[in-house]
Amino acid sequence: MQLVLEKRAERSNTIALVSPLIAIGLTLVTMSILFAILGKNPVSALAAYFIAPLTDSYSLQEIAVKATPLVMIAIGLSLCYLANAWNIGAEGQFLIGAVAGSWLAVKTQGTGAGPWVLPVMLLLGAAAGALYALIPALCKVKFGASEILTSLMLVYVADLFLDYLVRGPWRDPAGFNFPTTAEFDPVATVPILIEGGRLHLGAIIALVVVAAGAVLLGKTIKGFEIRVVGAAPRAARFGGFNSNQLVLLTFAISGALAGMAGIIEVAGPVGHLQPGISPGYGFTAIIVAFLGRLNPVGILIAGLFLALTFIGGEQAQIAMKIPLDVTKVFQGILLFYVLACDSLILYRFRLIFASRQVA
Amino acid sequence: MRKILIAATAVMLTAGASMFGASAAEKLKVGFIYLGPVGDFGWTYQHDLARQALVKEFGDKIETTYLENVSEGPDAERSIEQLVRAGNKLIFTTSFGYMDPTLKVAKKYPNVHFEHATGFKRDKNMSIYNGRFYEGRYIQGVIAGKMSKSGVLGYIGSFPIPEVVMGINATILGAQTVNPNIKVKIIWANTWFDPGKEADAAKALLDQGADVIMQHTDSPAAMQIASERGKLAFGQDSEMIKFGPNTQLTSIMDNWAPYYIDRVKAELDGKWTSEDTWGGLKSKMVVMAPYTNMPDDVKKLAMDTEAAIIDGKLLPFKCPVVGQDGKEVECKGGTHLDDGQVLGMNFYVKGIDDKIPGK
Repeated sequence: MQLVLEKRAERSNTIALVSPLIAIGLTLVTMSILFAILGKNPVSALAAYFIAPLTDSYSLQEIAVKATPLVMIAIGLSLCYLANAWNIGAEGQFLIGAVAGSWLAVKTQGTGAGPWVLPVMLLLGAAAGALYALIPALCKVKFGASEILTSLMLVYVADLFLDYLVRGPWRDPAGFNFPTTAEFDPVATVPILIEGGRLHLGAIIALVVVAAGAVLLGKTIKGFEIRVVGAAPRAARFGGFNSNQLVLLTFAISGALAGMAGIIEVAGPVGHLQPGISPGYGFTAIIVAFLGRLNPVGILIAGLFLALTFIGGEQAQIAMKIPLDVTKVFQGILLFYVLACDSLILYRFRLIFASRQVA
Repeated sequence: MRKILIAATAVMLTAGASMFGASAAEKLKVGFIYLGPVGDFGWTYQHDLARQALVKEFGDKIETTYLENVSEGPDAERSIEQLVRAGNKLIFTTSFGYMDPTLKVAKKYPNVHFEHATGFKRDKNMSIYNGRFYEGRYIQGVIAGKMSKSGVLGYIGSFPIPEVVMGINATILGAQTVNPNIKVKIIWANTWFDPGKEADAAKALLDQGADVIMQHTDSPAAMQIASERGKLAFGQDSEMIKFGPNTQLTSIMDNWAPYYIDRVKAELDGKWTSEDTWGGLKSKMVVMAPYTNMPDDVKKLAMDTEAAIIDGKLLPFKCPVVGQDGKEVECKGGTHLDDGQVLGMNFYVKGIDDKIPGK
C-alpha cells in the first residue's frame, strides 16, 4: 500500500476554503502536545494565546496597532507579487519613509508649525518609499538586474543611513549623545483614536488601503493587467500590456505604502526616530501577504491573525510562564501547516494498493 | 456598536477580576523586561540571576514574571504595559532603549513603580539605576597595560554612546599608568550581541597586532578567538572563564541582586521612592571575577587598584583629564570629572589614536 500525492484536474474550491481551518486545527493539536510535554495545561495555554487577547479593548487595540504596518506593507507587496515582481526590500522602503517624514518633524521642531506638518510628513514618507523602491525596479527594467537581490541589499543601505542620521546630524542635543532624535512635537504626531490607548489614525489609513487595494484589483483595468501579467505573461504580451511599466508601477505603490507605514510607525507608537524602529515588519509582511493569499481582505485577516499570535504569545509568557521560543515555534508550525495544506488545493492524496500495482 | 459594548463589558470584568485577584492574594508581583533571551551568560542572564536571588530571598511573598527578547522599538511600550495589566506593581526594565517607553507607561500608571536600567530620565514613580562599570574597566586597563607584549590593545565597541566611550577612556587611563605608550585599536560591532561579528572583530584586531582583547559586547566569541590564537582577553558581564580557561584575565560582572533585593524590600515595606543609583565596586553592583592567567605582581597590582577604587582613594576620571586635542577637560567635580560629564562622555582621552564615529 502506498500513499501518493497526485495533481488534481482542477483546483478544488472546497479545499481552498477549508484548508486554513485544517491548518489551524493541525496547529492546535501539535501545540497541545507540545504544551503537554512542557507540563502546561494545553487548554489554558491555547486560551492565553487566542482567547485572552480578544477579551479586552486594550489587547484589541494592541492587535490593531501591531497589524497596521504589516497590513499596509503586505497590500503593496501583494500587488508586486501578483505582477511577478519580487520586492523583498519593503523593510528598506519602510525605513526610508520613516527617515523622510522625520526630516520634517526634526526641522520644524519647536518652531510652532501648524497642523500641516503631519500630512506633509506622511506624503514625504510615501514619496521617499516610492522613489526608493523605484531604484531596484528601474535596475530590473533597464539592465535586467534581479530585483530580489537589489531590493534586499537596499534594506541595509537604508538601515545604515538611518543609523548615521540619528547618531550624527539629527541626534537629540539633550539626549546624552544617545542615538535618537528628540521626541516629535504634537503636530508631528499621529493622533490617538481612543483616549488612554495606543490605537492611532494609522489603523484607519490601513483599512482605507485595504479597500483601495480591493477596488484596484477587482474593479479596474490596471488591476486586471497586474493579475494577467503575473499569471500569464505571454497572454499579457499578446494583449499589449506593458509589463515593464507594471513592474515600475507596482514597485512604486508598494514602496509608497511601506514608506507611509514607516513614518506612521515613527510618528505614532514610537514618537521619535531611532535605530530599531522596525522589528522586521518589512519581512514579516511578506509572510502576511502570502498567508492572505495576495488578496486584500485575506491580508487584513492574516495581518490581524499574526498580530494576535504576537500579543497572545506575550500574554502566554506572563500568564503561563511559557518561554518566548515556544511562541516562535508556534508561529512557525502554523505557517508550515498553512502552506502545506494549501498544496491540497492543487493536489490530493491517494492510496494505492500494492496488489493493483502487480503488472 | 455591539462589539464596543462587548469589549467594554469585558474590560470591566477583567478589571474587576484583577482588582479582586490583587486583594485576595497579597503577593507582590515583580515584573522584568529583558533585552535578550536569558541564556547562560551575558547582560540578560545577570539580570535573571538577580531575579532568581529575589525569589530565593522573599520566597512566596513575591511572584516574578519576565518577558524576554523584547526589542527596543515600538513593541517595548506594549510589553511593559502588559506587565502592568497583569498586576505587576514593581517593574524592572533592563536596557537603555526601554527608557522612553517606560516613562510613557509610568506616566499612565502612577501607582505602579518602575526601575529603569542605564537611562537618564526619571519620574515620581520611575527610578533609574546603573553600574559604574568604568571602574572595572580601569582595572582591566592596568592589567592589560602590564600584560600586553606588543603594547597594542584590541577593543570591540558596541555602539559609540557615552557608556561605551567612558569604558574605552577608563581602560586607556588605567593602562597609561603602567605603560604611557600603550596603543588601542577599536572596532565598532554596532551590536550588543552577535557572536559572528564579534569573532570577526577579534580576528581583525589580533591581525593588527593587538595581543589583549576586550569588548563591550555580550558574547564570549572574542575570548574564544583570543584563546585559539594563544592571546589574552577579558570576559564581559558574566564569569566567562569556562570559555577561555587559559585566556581570561578577569571579567567585569554585573551584580544586580543586592540592589533588586533592596528595592523589593522597600516596596514591600511601603517605603519605595524614586531614586537615582549609580553603584560601583564599593556597593558591589560591579564585581570583578578572580584575577587569573597573570603573574603574581600583576595580580597584586590589580587587587591594589580595586581596593583603592573601593576606598575612594583612586578615581578613574581624576583631574586633569586630557582630551585628544591635548587640552585639559573642564573639571566640574573638583578633583575629578563629575557624574554628568562622565554620563555624557563624548570625547576620547589623549593617547587614543582614533575618532568617535559620527562625531
